[in-house]
Amino acid sequence: MRGLFGKILKTPVVTEPVAVAEDDRRIETIGRRIEERTRKLIGRSLHIRQVDAGSCNGCEIEITGLLSPYYDLERFGLHFVASPRHADCLLVTGPVTRNMAEPLRLTYEATPEPKIVIAVGDCARDCGVFKGSYAVAGSVADIIPVDVIVGGCPPEPADILRGILTAIDRLPHHFGPKRGTK
Amino acid sequence: MTGYLLEIGQALLALLLAPGLTGLIRWFKARLQGRRGAPPWQPYRDLRKLFGKEVIVSKNASWLFRFAPYVIFSTTVAVTMLVPMIAAPLPFDAIGDLLAVVYLLLLGTFFLALAGLDPGTAFGGMGASREMTVAAIAEPTIALAIFGLAVGAGSTNLGRIVEQTLAHPGAVINPGHLLGFAALFIVMIAETGRMPVDNPSTHLELTMIHEAMILEYSGRYLALIEWAASLKLLIFFALLSNLFLPWGVATTLSPGALGVALIALTAKLAALAITVAVLETRIAKLRLFRVPELLGVSFVLALLSVTSSFLLK
Amino acid sequence: MMALLFIVMVSAYAAGAFGALLIGRGAAGRGAAAIGAAVGSGAALALGCTAVASGQTLALTTTRILPTAGCMVRLDGLGAFFLIIIGLLGLAVASYGFSYSATYEGRYSLRMLGAMLNVALLSLSIQVIADNALTFLIAWEAMSLSAYWMVLTEHDEPDTVRAAVWYIAMTHAGFAALIGMFLLMSGGDPTASFAGMRANAATLSATGRNAIFLLALFGFGTKAGIIPLHVWLPMAHPVAPSHVSALLSGVVIKMGVYGLVRVVLDLLGGGPTWWGGIVLGAGAVSALLGVLYALMEHDLKKLLAYHSVENIGIILIGLGAGMVFQSYGLTTLAALGFIGGLYHTINHAAFKALLFLGAGSVLHATRTRNMEEMGGLIKRMPVTALCFLIGAAAISALPPLNGFASEWIVFQSLLGGYNIPKPEVAVMMPIAVGMLALTSGLAAACFVKAFGVTFLAMPRSHEAENAHEAPFLMRAGMVLLAVACVALGLAPFVVVPALGRIVAELSGMPGIQAQFTLGLSLSSANGFGRMSPMLIGAGVLLLLAFVPLVMLALRVNWKRRTGESWGCGRIGQTPRMEYTATAFAEPLRRVFAELYRPTRELTIDFHPESKYFVQSIEYRSEITPWFEKYVYAPCIWFVRLLAAVMRRMQSGSLPLYLVYVVFALLLLLLSARC
Repeated sequence: MRGLFGKILKTPVVTEPVAVAEDDRRIETIGRRIEERTRKLIGRSLHIRQVDAGSCNGCEIEITGLLSPYYDLERFGLHFVASPRHADCLLVTGPVTRNMAEPLRLTYEATPEPKIVIAVGDCARDCGVFKGSYAVAGSVADIIPVDVIVGGCPPEPADILRGILTAIDRLPHHFGPKRGTK
Repeated sequence: MTGYLLEIGQALLALLLAPGLTGLIRWFKARLQGRRGAPPWQPYRDLRKLFGKEVIVSKNASWLFRFAPYVIFSTTVAVTMLVPMIAAPLPFDAIGDLLAVVYLLLLGTFFLALAGLDPGTAFGGMGASREMTVAAIAEPTIALAIFGLAVGAGSTNLGRIVEQTLAHPGAVINPGHLLGFAALFIVMIAETGRMPVDNPSTHLELTMIHEAMILEYSGRYLALIEWAASLKLLIFFALLSNLFLPWGVATTLSPGALGVALIALTAKLAALAITVAVLETRIAKLRLFRVPELLGVSFVLALLSVTSSFLLK
Repeated sequence: MMALLFIVMVSAYAAGAFGALLIGRGAAGRGAAAIGAAVGSGAALALGCTAVASGQTLALTTTRILPTAGCMVRLDGLGAFFLIIIGLLGLAVASYGFSYSATYEGRYSLRMLGAMLNVALLSLSIQVIADNALTFLIAWEAMSLSAYWMVLTEHDEPDTVRAAVWYIAMTHAGFAALIGMFLLMSGGDPTASFAGMRANAATLSATGRNAIFLLALFGFGTKAGIIPLHVWLPMAHPVAPSHVSALLSGVVIKMGVYGLVRVVLDLLGGGPTWWGGIVLGAGAVSALLGVLYALMEHDLKKLLAYHSVENIGIILIGLGAGMVFQSYGLTTLAALGFIGGLYHTINHAAFKALLFLGAGSVLHATRTRNMEEMGGLIKRMPVTALCFLIGAAAISALPPLNGFASEWIVFQSLLGGYNIPKPEVAVMMPIAVGMLALTSGLAAACFVKAFGVTFLAMPRSHEAENAHEAPFLMRAGMVLLAVACVALGLAPFVVVPALGRIVAELSGMPGIQAQFTLGLSLSSANGFGRMSPMLIGAGVLLLLAFVPLVMLALRVNWKRRTGESWGCGRIGQTPRMEYTATAFAEPLRRVFAELYRPTRELTIDFHPESKYFVQSIEYRSEITPWFEKYVYAPCIWFVRLLAAVMRRMQSGSLPLYLVYVVFALLLLLLSARC
């Protein structure tokens, strides 16, 4: 007991500010631009449902990193939820396999408006190394409308976080260019 | 007249404070985990957003599914008027006593569990089954834990209990009181779905209790349920702090006393929130089938509390 | 006026019985029975209400019907109260039964069903106003036998016959005890009037009084279904036609309560503390075990029958607590206990009959009592569903319905237990409080299961999918009782003072009426607690209306879309994915595994080619029936043994029987001579 709380007392808050790359080519905004109204509604409280549409789980490991004290996505009012009914944002990874195409569509249907979709990883963008496979139905954008794509195989947690913040137009530009690792 | 206004003011205050209380626990927990965390006022933003979103209702669900959030919210708000928060006794004290509080909360749980079953999904049913298992043991324990105080104070009306305890402060350290506090604390954790009974931030359906029932809710319905849930947390905090440590509660309706009461209430709520946050950082969630054992312990503690207050009266 | 109502009541029931017997099948026969029962019940209700409101009594004696002392009736407050219960339920049952029994047309004897319904109602009504032992016992037996006939309606089902045999055996064991009890009380004169017994009670020896009490507890307890005398109840109530089940659970078992109050409180005028202790203990055990066994049932009517055991337990907790208080001279608390018990009696009658009628409508529509084959009925039978929901909330003691009001009073009375000077007695009260609290929590869990699995989600069978709403008269019966549940819950300030007057009439409870002057708010007599179900109800309703209005005013997003259930992305939802009743109760079965001792049986049929492919899985799980196995099985074994011995006397030869007759006559003559 003393050990744990001693450690808690000794350890400072380790969350790092979001590093911003000026020419962030990994993040592309496609499709419709998010309406002002929507942004105002979900900009400060975005609940995310993660959908694995057939990924190799590399992206999932990076997404899990978002919950760590270093990246701590909760500080922006972002939160992972257990049901698309509670969600405002679908975070989709992987090439969409044939088996997951319909579930993905169902998940999109099950998410109440207004909602945004973020595709994470190269596979989600264009099926990556799985392109052309008989088991793959297409990229995420082939199945449901996508707003933002975060590239990378896998993308780093910081990229994913920036992608999400880009989607809701909350990327803190004032942090200045290139800080930290990226 | 002032009394009635205060009564409504108290309910509004509770409505206003409740999301912040949940937010405070989350924020403090985040700090303990070395995170920056969402600010304590995040739940207000969440609620505002949920009220702005559309609602999706399963095609299998009936009117009960749409009606239940209103019942849950209304009963919880009704309870806030019966629980002494800043002043006691208020006029509504005569309308409902401790049993009314317990059974009104049970009414909300009853409808929530039914709403969990309504869309016909496996997880909803699972949540309903677990919630009712917990409630079946926890709700009686609330009543029992406070009965110990009621016997001591000579009334089951919560306002009277507070008044009596303030008049006889020595009662606070009698065994019935202490046992009752322990029992109510455990039940509070179970009823509000916090660790180690339930994990409020879980994403794994199989471990859920409360969350599993509301997986199907969205938009304004979800907002009402979430708000009611945080209100329930506040009610339990108020019961724990004002019944067992009533100092600060105004017995006269003067502005000064009410101001002190407001500050005391906020301080007590914050202290309890921090306690819960520390506790949740320290302990892991119990296996589901160990939960009844914990509740059994609290039930026995509560029973001992009533018995001792019967015998020591 | 009251005499007229009495005559209307008796003649309407009699006419209903004869009409049903003469006309028999068809709408006319059912109509005759229903009209007779409805008019009779209406008169009974009016008679009861008049008597309670005016405080008058009605006494009649006729020697034409019965020899010697004759048939004596006297309507006092207590009788009038039970008459109200009979009348209220009789009305609902008569209306419901007309349509419900139409399904029996051509299959079972409507002649007997209709006639016996009227006979049962008549004997019930006579019983609560009987003023001598003979009248009471004859009415009691007529009630038991007519109930037996009605239980036997679906006589080609083996379960029905078995249940009826259990019922008739148990009820006669009880009846024997009652005869003994009355003989002891009247000093051997079966025609003695109640007034005589009341006067005689004080002169009885303590042992005599104790024997009377124990016989009464056994005799009336078998009828009421106190654990361990309850075994027949969950068998007989489910197999009877549903309106009869409602009558059995709503009224007939309440006669056990009536008898106990009449004999122990009125005729004997109360007794030592341990009497109350036994009643309280039996009540607490019945309440808790009743609800625990109910949780494990997925036969809807059997579940309700176990809840009758539970609620009889709650009634007895109130009465027992009252008796304990009375023995210490704490009359105010005693009155509170009695009022709680009696209030719960009428409340239970209303909501349990409502639930049985609801279950009957479901049975009528789906032809099954198995909850696992129901589901989705809220959309197909909206009125039934709403009525059942009201009943379910009422029985779970949820405010502002009637179950809450009466349990509140029982709680208040128990909490006054610290006034008892002896700590070893006082300690019973908090334990009873705990058991009662646990009971109501478990009851809520059980009714979430019962309502949720039966009415919500998707239909689990073809029958449930094609279910239809009940006909108008059946709905009318249910709505009447649902309204009664709400009214009894909202207006305790009417019911409680009336009950206070009735309790004050009982001997040993003088001068308590004054303490039950109540306003809108219900206040327990010693000022211990105050609450107002009506204002709670009004407050919750107001909030229910207010919240959406505020939301509208704040321009909340009001859009609603209908979609598939969220099933984690799986394609297509089938009813087999729904949570079953068994699964719902599983966590509680684990919690109370020590009591249930569940046995499990898993049979897996593998594919002949490979054991990795399964053709079918059968899972069967049962709980150990303690009482049947360890109490009744030895009794039955013993009776069989005796019968085997006795059989030797029955040779079948006429000369031997003549010898028996001669010896018997000789013995009789000799005993008369001595």
